[in-house]
Parts: sequence; structure tokens; C-alpha cells
Amino acid sequence: MSQPADLELASVSKKYGDTIAVEAINLKIKAGTYCCLLGPSGCGKSSTLRMIAGHELVSDGDIVLGPRVVNDDPPAKRGTAMMFQSYALFPHLSVLDNVAFSLKMRGETKAVRHERARAMLETVDMEAYAERLPAQLSGGQQQRVALARALVTEPSILLLDEPLSALDPFLRIRMRAELKRLQRDLGISFIHVTHSQEEAMALADLVVVMNNGVIEQSGSPRDVFNAPRTKFVAQFIGGHNVVPVDGGEISIRSDRLKIVDPSEPSSPTSLAGTVTGIEYQGSTVLLTLVTEQAGDISVTLPERSFFESPMETGEKVSVAWASEDAHALA
Amino acid sequence: MIAQSRWTPYWQAAPMTLVFAVFFIVPLIATFVVSFWEYNQYSIQPAMTGENYTEIFDGCIAGLPELCTIFKTYLSTLKFAAIVWALTLVIGFTIAYFLVFHIRTLTMQIILALVCTIPFLTSNVIRMISWIPLLGRNGLVNQALLGLGITDQPLDWLLYSNFSVVLAFVHLNTVFMIIPLLNSMFRIDKSLIEAAYDTGASGWQTLVNVVIPLSKTGIAIGSIFVITIVMGDYITIGVMGGQQIASVGKIIQVQTNFLQFPLAAANAVLLLVTVLSMILLLTRIVDIRKEL
Repeated sequence: MSQPADLELASVSKKYGDTIAVEAINLKIKAGTYCCLLGPSGCGKSSTLRMIAGHELVSDGDIVLGPRVVNDDPPAKRGTAMMFQSYALFPHLSVLDNVAFSLKMRGETKAVRHERARAMLETVDMEAYAERLPAQLSGGQQQRVALARALVTEPSILLLDEPLSALDPFLRIRMRAELKRLQRDLGISFIHVTHSQEEAMALADLVVVMNNGVIEQSGSPRDVFNAPRTKFVAQFIGGHNVVPVDGGEISIRSDRLKIVDPSEPSSPTSLAGTVTGIEYQGSTVLLTLVTEQAGDISVTLPERSFFESPMETGEKVSVAWASEDAHALA
Repeated sequence: MIAQSRWTPYWQAAPMTLVFAVFFIVPLIATFVVSFWEYNQYSIQPAMTGENYTEIFDGCIAGLPELCTIFKTYLSTLKFAAIVWALTLVIGFTIAYFLVFHIRTLTMQIILALVCTIPFLTSNVIRMISWIPLLGRNGLVNQALLGLGITDQPLDWLLYSNFSVVLAFVHLNTVFMIIPLLNSMFRIDKSLIEAAYDTGASGWQTLVNVVIPLSKTGIAIGSIFVITIVMGDYITIGVMGGQQIASVGKIIQVQTNFLQFPLAAANAVLLLVTVLSMILLLTRIVDIRKEL
């Protein structure tokens, strides 16, 4: 079976001419971790993944996989495998031959490679489609085949480049759960590039938020969500308000804000504003306020408490928070 | 939207049909019909005779195991077709592969692809003839070889030989291989090459297992172009072979010159059938329609 391995990026940089895509990032990913590289497009997350995969040369720094520096190794020698965003299945080969491709390249006999490919197809529930061509499969099925093709090499790390972005929302949530289950079963690290904070929160043991080629913050989803380190992180992961205060900025989760009587005297832990939008979201209601001090503020209220004292747009209200819910931003 | 009559597609296709009918189907039928006519030194008579065909194969059975003229000629023409096909395929594939997978910017790819087609601004005959001062007994190549002391007398086989015929064929026809191959290769998703690399395929393995199978239709279309051109050629073989090398096209040309039209027509029908069967065989191996 696959040998799980630790991965370490030591001051890894990627330059394209004068532009710096990734700037001296340091990151340790323990074996068996589900890691999400999260960030907006152009933040360097894909370059980072491609450097780990061996599809992009490292401009500076070292990539250490297990006991070895793998900077100059080709992907197959590193023990990484990549699942491509568009799946990149070979259109002229059947599902079975697609999965068996790497075994064929290694010179395995037809019987051996077909047997192992069938076993791998079984893991992803696709054995019934072995003889089909990729064009005869749906997006979700193609993805399973791509997954099987990557895993058949028994990699110590699986790299996934926006694996869910081509799927419809319903399928995305189902495949997400399956990815997580597969990762747990195999016990190897998955490194998953995404621009969806929701996806990262749902999947990751370790979230790495990137922006402008540097890591803004890394940690467990809960740590990152509860204590965003920078303004960028607070805004990107959503559900946070950034409020300027004396000596810097603080972030407060939108569900930790309370509506208070606007006639109360203002305090350092409250803001006065006007309701500009009300969005019903099922179990919660999202209120948008415009305030003089902090611009737009969003407040998430439980459905019940909103309808106990409903508000309307244009109404003047104040919001307040407990001082322990405010986090100073770097 | 104006409701379309069910005749609309027919009259829309009519102009092209007319052009095809007048310039392709009618001459083809005429050739076929004339191939059954009678002729002598001074006249051609409508008739329904198979004599022209028997004349083509005259002595072919009796003379066995010695090959008769027509079989020898077909064999020689097929040999040229095979050699030229192999060379244009290797050269064309290499050039197309380089343009698609090694040139990084689209602008440069377009410029270089255009450069490949520029020789087409000159006529075939001119491009052929321009080899003569290069390859002749006192030509540039021989003078250079003598001057460098590589040979002590001029090489005879450079011009008016099988070599010069093949050289000219390859020079004139490689582009017919390049264009369909470019078309196929541009459609190959670059991430497939990366995926092959990711699964541990070497450059050669990627070529054999990914690029060549996905270029199959381009190879087939290019092959059809090259094979049909070489099979029917008489000018290149004439000029570059010093009028000494036989070819099927040459037979037809000579017979037309002697006004033996029915015999020439019979030969043309035979050639057509041969080439069509070769193409049919090719399309059996590769489904060309995918590319159209």
C-alpha cells in the first residue's frame, strides 16, 4: 500500500521572469493530513501545487518529501500523483486503460495492470464502466476515473487541482465527502487547491490561506475561522467584519454581533448604523448595515431571534459585541 | 424565422453539386465510357469492348514468373509512393510536433506554420526545376563535394535518378502531411501530456501512447494526400527522372500524346480503382470523419 510521507516546503519560491508567483513560503504537512491551499486566483496556490507535483521547477528553496529533497525529481519518482482540474483523461483509451496507464509505463504485464486497475476502479465505484471511453462518462464519473488513475500509482501524496470546480453544486458536496473518506481510508496526505472557503472548511485538517504569493495564515479550519490573523484572511474566509479601532483593526464574526437598542450610549464595543439589506437564509437571517465608523457590517441572526423583533431596511439600529469576540488583526 | 420549404437544403447545395457534376462527375463518366471504345491510328469509335483492358495486361499471365510492363510500372510507382509516404510522414510529424509542443507562443506557432506554406507561392514545376542546377554533374553540390575533396569525381546519381525523384517528391509534398498533422495535434489537450508525465511516462512513451494515437486522423488524411499525389504523378518523375523512369501516370500521359484515348482511359480507370482501394483500406484503419 501507499507509504504516507511528511512534506516540507522550505523557503520555496517561484519566479516567472520578474514576476514572483510564490515568495519564500514555509509549510509543513504531516503524513496523512488533508490540506487545502485556499486563496483567490493568482495567489500562487496552483504554482505551489505544481511545484510539489514536479510540473514546475522550484526557483528557490527546497521541497522535502519524506527523507529526501525532491526538487529535481520527476513526478513519478517523487511518489506524488496529481489529479488535474480538467481530469486530463486520455480520450482514446478506455476507462480501464486510463487507470492502468502508469502501470503500462512501468512495464507491468497486461494481466497485472488490468487486475490492479480493476481493483482501483472498484475503490471509486466505477468497475461497471471499465470498457467505456471517457467521452461516454458524466463529469462526476470522469472525476472518479481520474482519481483512480492517480491513486493506482500508490502515491504518498495526492495533489488535487481544483478537483470539484467542474461539477454542479449537488455533486460537488457529494464528491467532497467521498474525497474525505478516501483520504481517511488511504491514510496519505491530500493537498487540495481551491478558491472556495466552504470547501476548505469542510475538508481540511490544515487550511493554508494564500495571497500574493505568501501564506497569510495556516492552521486548522476552526483556528483560522475563529482567529483570522490578517484582514485579508478575515475577509476571504467570510462571516467576519473588519472594524477599525484605535491602534489598528479588529475582526468580529458576524454571528457574534448582537442588535442593541440604538438609544443606548455608544461604547467602544458597539456601532450605530442603518439597515440596508435583509436576506432570509433559512436557519439564519443575514442583515447588512451601513455604519459611519466601519462601512458595511454584516450580522447573522438566528431566524427565531430576528422574527421576535423584526426589522426593516432603513431602520436605525446599533450592534454590540463582547470584547473577547474581537480579534486584533496584524 | 421564415418557414423553410423542405427543398431549401437542396437548392442551397445546388451550386456545389453543379460544379462537382460538371467538373468531376461528367469527366469521370466520360473517361469510364471511353475506356470501352475502339481506336486505331487515325480514329476513335464508340463501342463496347474490353479490348483496352486486355491490352493493358497483355502477356501478363503468359510471361509469368517474369513481371509484365504494367505490373513492373505499378510496382515501381507503389515503391515511390511508399518511400515518399514514409519520409513525408517522419519529417511532417517531426515538424508538426515541434511547432505544437515546443513553440510556446501562439504568435510564433502561426508565423512558423505560415513559413511552412510559403514555398506554395511558387509553382511545383519551378520548385522542381530549381533542384537541377544544384544536383547536376557540374552543379553546386558536386562542385562543393569536389572542392572539399570528399569525392574525386562528380556523383552521377544525384540527378535524373530515383534519388532526385524521391527528393523532389518529399520537398513538394511534405506540407500536405504537416497541415493535417498540425490540425490534429493542436487539438490535443496539453494537460494530457502533463498527465502522462505525471504517471511516469518518458518522452518516448508519451509520444507512442498519447501523441501518435491522438494524431491518427491527421496521419491518415496526410497519407491520403501524399499517396494520391505520388500515385498519379508524371511530371515530377519525368523532370527529376530525366524522362527515364516509368510510372503509371507517365503511361497515361504517353498514350494521350499518341491519341490512344481509349487505352489511356482504361489505364486511368485502373489507377483510380487502385488508389481508391488504398484510401478505402486507410479509412478502414482510421475513422477520418472524426476530424471533419
